[in-house]
Amino acid sequence: MNARVKHVELHADDDGLNPGDVMLKLENVSLSFGGVKAISDISFDILKGEIRAIIGPNGAGKTSMLNVINGFYHPQQGVITFRGQARSRMQPYEAAASGIARTFQNVALFKGMSTLDNIMSGRTLKMNKNFFWQVLNIGPARNEEIEHRLKVEEIIDFLEIQHIRKTPVGKLPYGLQKRVELGRALAMEPDLLLLDEPMAGMNLEEKEDMSRFILDVNSQMGTTIALIEHDMGVVMDISDRVVVLDYGRKIGDGTPQDVKNNQDVIDAYLGVSH
Amino acid sequence: MDILYAILVDPFVQMVELPDFFLQVLWEGFVAGVLYALIALGFVLIYKASGVFNFAQGIMVVFAGLTLVGLHEKGVPAYLALILTIGVMGLLALAVERFVMRPLVNQPDIILLMSTIGLTYFLVGFGEFVFGGEPKQMITTELGLPTGSTAFEIGDGGLLILQHIDIAAAVIAIIMVAVLAVFFNKTRIGRALRAVADDHQAALSVGISLNQIWAIVWFAAGIVALTTGIMWGARSDVSFALEIIAFKALPVLILGGFTSIPGAIVGGLIIGVGEKIGEIYWGPLVGGGIESWLAYMIALIFLLFRPQGLFGERIIERV
Repeated sequence: MNARVKHVELHADDDGLNPGDVMLKLENVSLSFGGVKAISDISFDILKGEIRAIIGPNGAGKTSMLNVINGFYHPQQGVITFRGQARSRMQPYEAAASGIARTFQNVALFKGMSTLDNIMSGRTLKMNKNFFWQVLNIGPARNEEIEHRLKVEEIIDFLEIQHIRKTPVGKLPYGLQKRVELGRALAMEPDLLLLDEPMAGMNLEEKEDMSRFILDVNSQMGTTIALIEHDMGVVMDISDRVVVLDYGRKIGDGTPQDVKNNQDVIDAYLGVSH
Repeated sequence: MDILYAILVDPFVQMVELPDFFLQVLWEGFVAGVLYALIALGFVLIYKASGVFNFAQGIMVVFAGLTLVGLHEKGVPAYLALILTIGVMGLLALAVERFVMRPLVNQPDIILLMSTIGLTYFLVGFGEFVFGGEPKQMITTELGLPTGSTAFEIGDGGLLILQHIDIAAAVIAIIMVAVLAVFFNKTRIGRALRAVADDHQAALSVGISLNQIWAIVWFAAGIVALTTGIMWGARSDVSFALEIIAFKALPVLILGGFTSIPGAIVGGLIIGVGEKIGEIYWGPLVGGGIESWLAYMIALIFLLFRPQGLFGERIIERV
């Protein structure tokens, strides 16, 4: 029980939203690369406190969607509103500063650095003692480093990766790398966490572990989560609402049950007989 | 047998017979090593933070030295000129970030390398345009750097002469290295620098601003270049020929590892001392002149057995 209380503290920011309020809203967003339309005219929203899944066949535009949300891509059309504020051409590090963290489809960790340093890098934005102290590494900068190390240790405990604390992440098996990447995103104490195929390439046991972590992050830290996942069993089990994309268009949106019975979705996944 | 004696025994006999001369050679090698290390340090800084081999580091040394001396020639007091030069290196860092690095985010390393070669030619042209092509005298005394020398007596009647400027160079280099090493390994910005070197996208996603990091690191490399320019300029003079010493940094980097600050230092010292001792004691066997290629030989042998260098980050590859 004690451990749980500690984890609640991890998420200290209060963004003034109540559970169920709209956190992120996309309206008529379109994105194209040259002549290729990656996303056409998509609108949906993410509510505070929910787990929102984005699904769809390969090439449906799911990852492009996440890239739009965290500022890697800038849509040609449409409005993105995050916590009530419309944003324009936001840079990824600005998105990070406003409370959006993410993981990547192909794990993007700092391979030469240890698990600990990788997760510490997620605290970059929370640390702000000035350059001068940092160069000397004394006084305030040092205390700050220790304070953040404590937070990071909590995350390491939470994700059960104590044993690989000092291992360079390049050496870790894939499943653990995914877990470290989740840890780095959690270290940012995000309001919105974007997970791009968090369970890709995992075996059943690893998937179950990851599902448990995602549910715990959501319930204990109150983090809103948007995730892309191909394993339909997992998606139906853990998500509150699902949005379905196909060829860059939205073809379904609703609870897992709604989506499962949606004819367009069934056609997209199973094909239509002509 | 004579050959073996000349290679394996005679040089050591000479070393023992004339210890003061041997120490003098060691010292000269040490000082040269410190300067190599300073140049290598500039490379390591930028390589660590962006994975770019900065071809322009050598010309940055010249450019910084020329700016300092040039400003002083125009009547600016020495210390003010120093501060202004630091400012100029800051501006250069900002310009490089804005006009070279930023448009090339996520491009392959070879493209970035090419862009630093372009930068080299730009700085050569720009430097000659502003300050002219003639060698200049470094303003050593005006900057308050010591100029004299101290002689120590070694054994019976032998003399070891230490130039004060060399001692100063060593001390400054040591301080600089210590600060940089701690900065890189123990602080948030240092970790951000390493993160950027590893993966641009991931670094952006945790809120690291590439632009800021690159400006910082190019500025740091500029400061290192300025220090190198002053120290090297004080021993010879400030001219575009100095650019060549940048290539001496290559074997140092291979030896020490491209990503390691302590590596740059140890590598620099090994190359500096090795070169001098090799030249004096083994050089005569092949008619001298081995100083210019010995470093590259040592580096080649190292590449065979330890491609990541003495202290480089281990190369991790999961297949």
